[in-house]
Amino acid sequence: MPSPTVVSPEKLRATFRWMLLARALEDRIASLYRAGGSIVGGVYLGRGQEAFSGALGACLSKDDGDIFGGLIRDMSGRLAFGEPLLDPVRAYLGSAAGPMRGRDGNIHRGRPQEGLPAMISHLGSLVSVVAGMLLARRMQGKQPCVGATSIGDGATSTGSFHEAVNMAAVEGLPLVVAVANNQFAYSTPTNRQYACENLVDRAHGYGITGYVVDGTDLQACLETFTQAVEAARETGKPQMVVGKLLRLAGHGEHDDASYVDPALRKEPSGRDPIEVAATYFDDAEVRRWQEDALKQVSEAVAKAQNEAGPDASEESWLALASAHLVEGQSE
Amino acid sequence: MSTTYLAAIREAQAVAMREDPNVFIYGQDVGKFGGAFKATKGLIDEFPDRVMDAPISEDAMVGLAIGAAIEGMRPIIEMQFADFSSIGLNQIINQAATHYWRTGVPCPITLRLPSGGTAGSGPFHSQSMEALYAHYPGLVVVTPATVEDAYSMLLESIQLDDPVVFCEHKLLYYHLKADRLPTVNLPIGKARIARSGRHATVVTYSAMLHESLKAAAMIAEDGFHVEVVDLRSVKPIDTDTILGSVARTGRLLAVGEAFPWGGVTAEVLSRVVSEGFDLLDCPPIRLNAKDTPIPYHPNLWKAHRPTADSIYAALSELVRK
Repeated sequence: MPSPTVVSPEKLRATFRWMLLARALEDRIASLYRAGGSIVGGVYLGRGQEAFSGALGACLSKDDGDIFGGLIRDMSGRLAFGEPLLDPVRAYLGSAAGPMRGRDGNIHRGRPQEGLPAMISHLGSLVSVVAGMLLARRMQGKQPCVGATSIGDGATSTGSFHEAVNMAAVEGLPLVVAVANNQFAYSTPTNRQYACENLVDRAHGYGITGYVVDGTDLQACLETFTQAVEAARETGKPQMVVGKLLRLAGHGEHDDASYVDPALRKEPSGRDPIEVAATYFDDAEVRRWQEDALKQVSEAVAKAQNEAGPDASEESWLALASAHLVEGQSE
Repeated sequence: MSTTYLAAIREAQAVAMREDPNVFIYGQDVGKFGGAFKATKGLIDEFPDRVMDAPISEDAMVGLAIGAAIEGMRPIIEMQFADFSSIGLNQIINQAATHYWRTGVPCPITLRLPSGGTAGSGPFHSQSMEALYAHYPGLVVVTPATVEDAYSMLLESIQLDDPVVFCEHKLLYYHLKADRLPTVNLPIGKARIARSGRHATVVTYSAMLHESLKAAAMIAEDGFHVEVVDLRSVKPIDTDTILGSVARTGRLLAVGEAFPWGGVTAEVLSRVVSEGFDLLDCPPIRLNAKDTPIPYHPNLWKAHRPTADSIYAALSELVRK
């Protein structure tokens, strides 16, 4: 067993503040969605996963070249890793100034050359992309780094996930796969998703190290991800962390999640991670941080709301980087 | 000394790796074994760190290539057979093809697909996948029919900043030979007049070029001179060269080895009819494989795909319309 991991009070506090920022932003996005008119497309929240996601993001170092392939419910982790707050705001509001320029939106966003690859909707398919980024770094002789990506219990059933984790193990890549077992894939419970006792058992099958953590407890998440990220960095091998938690929202904001048994919220895994982490700190301090988060969100939303959406007449409509090979462009 | 189509593909990869340290090959059995068709034979000796055997995971292989490309590499993925690229379809059409559009970050990967039918290969080792990939925005799809094109178009594919589906025809691997490899050639996107004529135009590509040239020689004995256009790349497709040829001949036959529904021959006819209807002296014709899976036994396989004889029969009908 590795020696007990010490999480500094500063890291605990900083990660909690990213969680508060993510919650404040998502509450605001959800409220704009319900009001109608300003959100383009759907809204998918990470409520309930802020500790698990945020801890992973906080254990990586963007400045040192780490990679974070965030998924649907990783607002907290993406912000903690270093995604600018304006990116999700602009993506949800359809601002042309955002990194996706209105070509894609909401959770499908990224800055691939800054260690933030942009997810597509096909679950499991980002794992091999992060593995490829790590392979490239190794081939180029760059400074060793860690790449992480997250996934839900549902996506562990995809062939893409299995292929990618197996391949990363074969190639010996420093990949951290965070499995947020939030108990539901859209409306499907885990007993219709897998038949093994615990998803972490799969790590053994891939020949990689597995970890289990209470995904509602920030302190535990930080300890576990610190261990996993450091193990990936030191051994250059994949690590799999499974967090037990509950999705405290619908699949998207269009979904009232009435299929979720309310008793699940009374279970330890149904705790709100923000309420759990708030007990570590002084109430007045937490309130100050919440107010600061609300202020940051308000400023970002106000800025993005004043930005224009994409203009179809100015769109290049070029799907290829080789513009000369787009039909009708070469003449 | 003559070079085969297969050797040209191997040589293009060697040259690309010599010139650019970011080029690497990932695929099943491509290392010491040299690939199922030996298209990477010996390359691991010269580039021990850049030719890697992959697990049987086409989805992950393409995903890995996309990630590596984001980081500045230029991966070549060898699919053992074009048919198996269907397992990587999602990564190809949804992740790779959309990447530049979504993020502004290019995704330069080359997917080598050993394509097309050979006798005895059956339904799952014979398919021509070009139409499927050409349907999606964000991919370049090429179908070289000559040794020279196999070489120069593969080199160009690796250099392009976009995902390229490189459909190399297995039937051409061994028997097609050239005296030397080209130093200059037509770029991707330009079709080539493979044979000049004035009575009809055949538009075709890949292995069907050679069946079409045989058919053109056969009908020349009857006094009809047929022009044969080799598309070379099916996306982009060189509509100007096709229309120019039809303007000279007034008659069009499009020939492809792929299944008949939709596809490249349908695209050729659609373009000529909509953009050059007045150039046509009679209704154009399409000739494709039959609308069944590809049969295993040579007796059935030969009847399933277009051949010089069936192309000759179609041309005989066309020139007398």
